[in-house]
Amino acid sequence: MGRYLLRRLLQLVPVFIGTTFLIYWLVWKVPGDPFAGKCGDRGCPDNFRAMMTEKYHLDQSIWVQYASYMKNLFQGDFGITYSGREISDIIMTSYPNTLKLAVVALTIEAVIGLGAGVLTGLRRNGFLDNLVLISTLFLIALPVFVIGFLLQWLLGVKWGIIHPTVSGEMRMSELIVPGFVLGSASMAYIARVARTSIAENRRADYVRTAIAKGLPMRRVVGVHLLRNSLIPVVTLLGTDLGALMGGAIITEGIFGINGIGRQVLRSIVTKESATVVGIVVVLVLVYLVMNLLVDLLYAALDPRIRYE
Amino acid sequence: MSDPSTASIVSTPPAHMPTEAGSGAPVDAGLPESAQKEQKPRSLLGDAWQDLRRKPLFWISAAFIVLFVVMAAVPFVFTSGDAVNGDLARSRVEPSSSAWFGYDVQGRDVFARTIYGARASIVVALLSTILTLLIGGAMGIIAGYRGGWVDALLSRIADIFFGLPFVLGSIVILTTFNGSGTDNGEWTIMGLVILSLTVLTWPVVMRLMRSSVLATKEADYIIAARAMGASTGRIILKHLLPNCLAPLLVYGTIMVGSFIGAEATLSFLGIGLKTPVVSWGIMISEAQNYIRVSPFLLFFPAAFLVTAVLSFVMLGEAVREALDPKLR
Amino acid sequence: MSEQSVPGADGSGRPAGRLLEVDDLRVEFRTRDGVAKVINGVTYHVNAGETLAVLGESGSGKSVTAQTIMGILDTPPGFVTGGQVRFHGKDMLKMSAEQRRRIRGEGIAMIFQDSLSALNPVFTVGFQIAEQFRIRRGMSRADAKKRSIEMLDQVKIPNAKGRYSNYPHQFSGGMRQRAMIAMSLALDPEVLIADEPTTALDVTVQAQIMDLLGELQRERRMGMILITHDLGVVADVADRIAVMYAGRIVEEADVYELYAKPAHPYTLGLLNSIPRMDEKGQELRTIKGLPPNLMNIPPGCPFNPRCPMAQPVCREKVPPLLQIGSGRASACHFAEELVSRD
Repeated sequence: MGRYLLRRLLQLVPVFIGTTFLIYWLVWKVPGDPFAGKCGDRGCPDNFRAMMTEKYHLDQSIWVQYASYMKNLFQGDFGITYSGREISDIIMTSYPNTLKLAVVALTIEAVIGLGAGVLTGLRRNGFLDNLVLISTLFLIALPVFVIGFLLQWLLGVKWGIIHPTVSGEMRMSELIVPGFVLGSASMAYIARVARTSIAENRRADYVRTAIAKGLPMRRVVGVHLLRNSLIPVVTLLGTDLGALMGGAIITEGIFGINGIGRQVLRSIVTKESATVVGIVVVLVLVYLVMNLLVDLLYAALDPRIRYE
Repeated sequence: MSDPSTASIVSTPPAHMPTEAGSGAPVDAGLPESAQKEQKPRSLLGDAWQDLRRKPLFWISAAFIVLFVVMAAVPFVFTSGDAVNGDLARSRVEPSSSAWFGYDVQGRDVFARTIYGARASIVVALLSTILTLLIGGAMGIIAGYRGGWVDALLSRIADIFFGLPFVLGSIVILTTFNGSGTDNGEWTIMGLVILSLTVLTWPVVMRLMRSSVLATKEADYIIAARAMGASTGRIILKHLLPNCLAPLLVYGTIMVGSFIGAEATLSFLGIGLKTPVVSWGIMISEAQNYIRVSPFLLFFPAAFLVTAVLSFVMLGEAVREALDPKLR
Repeated sequence: MSEQSVPGADGSGRPAGRLLEVDDLRVEFRTRDGVAKVINGVTYHVNAGETLAVLGESGSGKSVTAQTIMGILDTPPGFVTGGQVRFHGKDMLKMSAEQRRRIRGEGIAMIFQDSLSALNPVFTVGFQIAEQFRIRRGMSRADAKKRSIEMLDQVKIPNAKGRYSNYPHQFSGGMRQRAMIAMSLALDPEVLIADEPTTALDVTVQAQIMDLLGELQRERRMGMILITHDLGVVADVADRIAVMYAGRIVEEADVYELYAKPAHPYTLGLLNSIPRMDEKGQELRTIKGLPPNLMNIPPGCPFNPRCPMAQPVCREKVPPLLQIGSGRASACHFAEELVSRD
């Protein structure tokens, strides 16, 4: 177990460096002059140029720049924006909002997706089954921005059930619809995976054994069948928490949520390279760590998985 | 599906599924082998085709796909309208018998634009899919077949690209090469969109292919072929590839659908295709500011987009079900 | 009971000793490709303290009969279309789901062929045994654990205490089948159905498991239905043998009589196909042809296309299972001739 964890952590390092370096290179190096178009039409003042060049080692090779950036980053220094704001500050204010949204999305996914999946897996080919199959197909096929607009327009504008945008307070009731939008595709996947998993395991020999032991149906389904069928679903949910945050850009944009996705989009438009890199690094780190946790969880859920 | 990288709609068969032969599965116990033997032997693909032919969903989605492809190839057959130039006097005129879908803000014929919009979406989606399948497939075969350090290296490289959230990654790539200051031509932008979709999605295909190769690599007939001295190239081409093709085919079909959605998402964010190129994503993006007053501007391109995506996803689903006898 | 069935030794219909009776059972599988008649009027019974071996090729319907008795037939595609399954004289097929559930485990228990897939992979073996004591007997966790370890001891699993918290995949095939047996015997059933309990095991282990089963059956005076396709397994353990073919019982007899003088050409064929030490070098005498397609069973005797003795009558009339001599029956038009010839 300990050795497995160590090996996975060691595997994670090159991936983390690779991904963040790629982003760093794309954002800082490829466009050429790092100051082009970054201080409005007048161009950047010389003393500012000098300060930034020193801070980010812009006069040296990309390797040195990246290395010193990472060094600072792990000391908690994310750098500053062109207007002099601490980037860690920006992340600290917007990240909790995204996390909150992602958790709401995940909860909705788990409750609705799992519920629908388990129900239809137990009773296949009924009306409910077809309804779920078709609606999940739609949720998977529709791009998030289309679903987002549709719900915002229908519920917010046409029927006036919700406020079209989310207020700064981020109340839970306001987050339900955006959470649904963000989690819609994953919810559909979870429903389908759960359905297939349940349907496949239902015919498994061990379920037959459990029935033959004279256990009540409640227990056969609730303990023997569910415990096995939920393994792929739980891992899917875990991976999703990492992915949801990176995918929240569009949902946050539509519903005006001041989260990390909107920050990164704004930073890209205003060419705040340091902010973009900082946020992406955090997102990548969360994503990688979540995947690692899911791997460990998987092994915990299925005793047949051996750590190599 | 704006994030095709999470698209795991294709269930890869577990690598170590025991074949049912000999285990005398109780359900089949009543069906004697002779029942199958008496009939004409059918191949897996032949079986799948028999199954597909009976599915209305397959025919409906296939018909839509043909329609969209024809639309992309020869849009002028469907409409004589001008998709690019408009007359401001007709700005946001509602649908009528003369202009079925109405006119947009610039006074352009929405019907003509919707028809012409198919081309960009389909071309981008198809080319990205082909490129992704080729790159991801090749990497997956190499990694799975060679194993060892080659596998480790390729897998880590795949992880690097897989670690980038899809929307975020494409935004960074596209703003870098196609930002507001740049002045790229229509085809360059298309190329960049295709490239960014491919770069961020190939790891999925690679993993699919790799596990598929790993599962079949140790099959007896492959070992037999190797023992008889077949070359690596021959084993891959003649034995491995045909067996791994089915999940790839299904995934590819679904991927076309998700790429259509992804292209629209990028155009919507203003970092993908740009006017004067006509695409559904651009139309939706332009329409969003008038959603309260002229919802039809949003409705028609969105409906076409959704239908196109659904058609490909449904076709892929139908093929998958046909190829997977367990789901019947 | 119809004429076709084997009456009791006294011929009076239903003797009191009959614990479990299957009477003219009919099951079909409705699939997309058609209806397969899997069980076509099976009748057999088992008494307390007795072992009945049900012998047949795969596809003969022996396992499906057992599944129907247990109520674990997959529906769809399987449907019971007729007949009765009586336990202590009461038709189980007419009972409520709850009544049937109570019989499972306590009245009738079952051992499955492949213990690896029949045990739940994500729970420990101990949990799966103790579960019955907790749910069915309302025992506390500690008591259930103690009883479960005793059960593991009884089936001669070494270090039962330590094995209690192992997962099924950590057991060897033979040990796992022993654990399976312990699980099925936990609630002290009156009838044990063993569905090919040794097929998945090595030959040496097979013998150990069969010995264990025989021993436990005698100790507990259980009725046992041993389902197998292996004539070798049957001889030592069984009291009576019922031979199945194409969803019917074609012969039923005392184990010695059956071996000595089979009264059905199919049984004869099976016995002849056993490789014998004293006939080394000779070709095995297998039964020609294949079992019939159950979606399209030939008219007359289902065995007639493969039967070396087939006459025109065999293609027209289904031979009923008739008593020939005491306690044995055959479904062959020429049963008497078979028995009387040398």
